[in-house]
Amino acid sequence: MKIIGLIIVGLTGLLLIYATGDFPDWGDPASPANNYLSTRYIEKTMEDTSVPNIVTAVLADYRGFDTMFETTVIFSAGVVCFFLLRVFEKKTDEEGLLRHNATGITLRIKGVEKISYSTGEFDRIDNLWTPQDLIITTACRLLIPFIQLFALYVIAHGHYSPGGGFQGGVILGSSIILLAISHDLRTSLTRISEKGAGLLCAVGVFIYAGTGALCLLLGGNFLDYGALSKILPLDPVSARSFGILIVEVGVGIAVMGSMIWIYSNVSSAGRYREGL
Amino acid sequence: MPDIIQTIIGKYNYWIYITLMMIGFYAIIAKNNLVKKIIGVNIFQTAIILFYVSIGAKWGGTIPILQNVHGEGGAGAATHAIKAVDYINPLPHVLMLTAIVVSVATLGVALSLAILIYRRYKTLEEDEILARIREK
Repeated sequence: MKIIGLIIVGLTGLLLIYATGDFPDWGDPASPANNYLSTRYIEKTMEDTSVPNIVTAVLADYRGFDTMFETTVIFSAGVVCFFLLRVFEKKTDEEGLLRHNATGITLRIKGVEKISYSTGEFDRIDNLWTPQDLIITTACRLLIPFIQLFALYVIAHGHYSPGGGFQGGVILGSSIILLAISHDLRTSLTRISEKGAGLLCAVGVFIYAGTGALCLLLGGNFLDYGALSKILPLDPVSARSFGILIVEVGVGIAVMGSMIWIYSNVSSAGRYREGL
Repeated sequence: MPDIIQTIIGKYNYWIYITLMMIGFYAIIAKNNLVKKIIGVNIFQTAIILFYVSIGAKWGGTIPILQNVHGEGGAGAATHAIKAVDYINPLPHVLMLTAIVVSVATLGVALSLAILIYRRYKTLEEDEILARIREK
């Protein structure tokens, strides 16, 4: 089987390498892909949207529909992970151990699963509990605010530098995932709950589609941000730039929510009791 | 002889992506473990992302962010014409930007399917899963 696989792979590779003979050379400015459409994007972006970062302008304005449905794909991936994996377990009345973090005293309490850990005063001690490492938790506590600040910068500054909703959303989500890895899943769930992550996902897509619908209500086409100039004190070109920002914020929220949602579902196999 | 060198310089990037793509393809069809197959799919995807980004490259072009367009104090705004030759093609970057995030999301879906299969058959090896299906 392995040898047959190797032969098939080799043949396909040779065929593809033979086909590259017809491809334009690497970095050739005269290649078909680098002419026609992209020339217009590069030369007209500033006039149309006043956004120097062409990638952002193409992403959120010229190809706004595409990006909207990419965001929907991410949202549905989060929903699919939830529906496939989530197991709801009945909370039992069994006895369990709680550790008071400040004093180190351990208590035995009935109905331990019903207590919430949102205050962070108590840790639940079961066979999944591991003592938290002081160096790792302190380092992550210091790092996470700066990671989130950088993520906000990446989202908000996407018009002028490399960045935008997708990148900033992933960085925001990863800061929460870092919290879940360095502490445990329970700690991260006290910051952004399961419901919260799912809601963020949906809110992001809603902001995107809602901006499009608002343009429609104001007399433009769907996702034609120029129409926003009727309610904003801006000329239509600046209104496009502003519309792109709103949409990027929506994308950022959706991506962040779905990253956290997917992570907590996959890492705990849907039980939400342990993390990695 | 210079012809061959010219071909190699012009096309070697595609050959690298094809090699990478075939590594992923081999993992998809020949590996027995489902997680290794998922990793193969991701390698395949990475090759395609690199391929797209390299299509947009231009010799002498810079990143697709317009320079000096706002001008100092608003007076010098867009005094010089923007030439398409100076900037690389933004379109592949846009497409791949979304594709990267979507690939992470689909990786999550693939892993959750693998978890479900493991829950049911207690293994991730393909031949053992097939044997267990035939038993029933």
